[in-house]
Amino acid sequence: MSIEVNGKNVDWVQNETVEGLLKRMRYTFPLVVVKINDKVIQKQDFSKVLVPNNSNIAVIHMISGG
Amino acid sequence: MVNLMNKIKSEKIKKKLKESSVGIAGAGGLGSNAAIALARAGIGRLIIVDFDKVEASNLDRQYYFLDQIGKNKTEAMKENLEKINPMVTIEIYNKKLEKGSMEKPFKDVDVVIEALDNAETKTTFIEEILSKLPDKPLVAASGVAGYGHSDRIKTNRCGNLYLCYDEKAKSCDEDVLSAPRVALMANWEASLAIEIILGEDK
Repeated sequence: MSIEVNGKNVDWVQNETVEGLLKRMRYTFPLVVVKINDKVIQKQDFSKVLVPNNSNIAVIHMISGG
Repeated sequence: MVNLMNKIKSEKIKKKLKESSVGIAGAGGLGSNAAIALARAGIGRLIIVDFDKVEASNLDRQYYFLDQIGKNKTEAMKENLEKINPMVTIEIYNKKLEKGSMEKPFKDVDVVIEALDNAETKTTFIEEILSKLPDKPLVAASGVAGYGHSDRIKTNRCGNLYLCYDEKAKSCDEDVLSAPRVALMANWEASLAIEIILGEDK
């Protein structure tokens, strides 16, 4: 019962949303791109989409500058 | 014999690059420097989108010249690229990328480069390209501000997203933008685009 977040093994929590996971991981950056098993999750869906067991999650912080 | 092999390899690479296209979202520090590198490398077609004009304050890192101040960046960029390599087909769009239609100019390119400035636009752009053009390789950059720390920059690959990334960098609202580091990231992006087009160099 685990998931992989940015290469780290993390416990899977039943009924946890993307928003909940970001909080639990203390990812406080406001601007992130989240992919679950290579599928992009739109920001407006963070509070609705549940994190599936055994999934692979990438959280990428976007930092201003260019 | 070695020379002949190398010549064949380099002709093959030239041909492949000539037949390829790259779309660049933004013609600021990242986009202008990446476009120059790709034109020199011989990419056949570049699509460049930006809505800004060249300002004096851009010249500390963006690939423009004093006498171009006040011009649209897209037009100034086209001039500069044509001076370097007139064989490149350059398509410019002088407009702001708007949420909901950001993918439109990039539908038929081989690789898209994200070269925008603020984190919010970067995030929106990446989300739109990845969800609307899921098969399109996308190169993006995050953590451009600051100076030094070149060895913290990494390529973070996640499916079709290739991110040139310094996760410890500060935002440009809190840190300086310096020409060598901006150009380093821009060239990193351009180099990734070429790597995607040609395949891994084994």
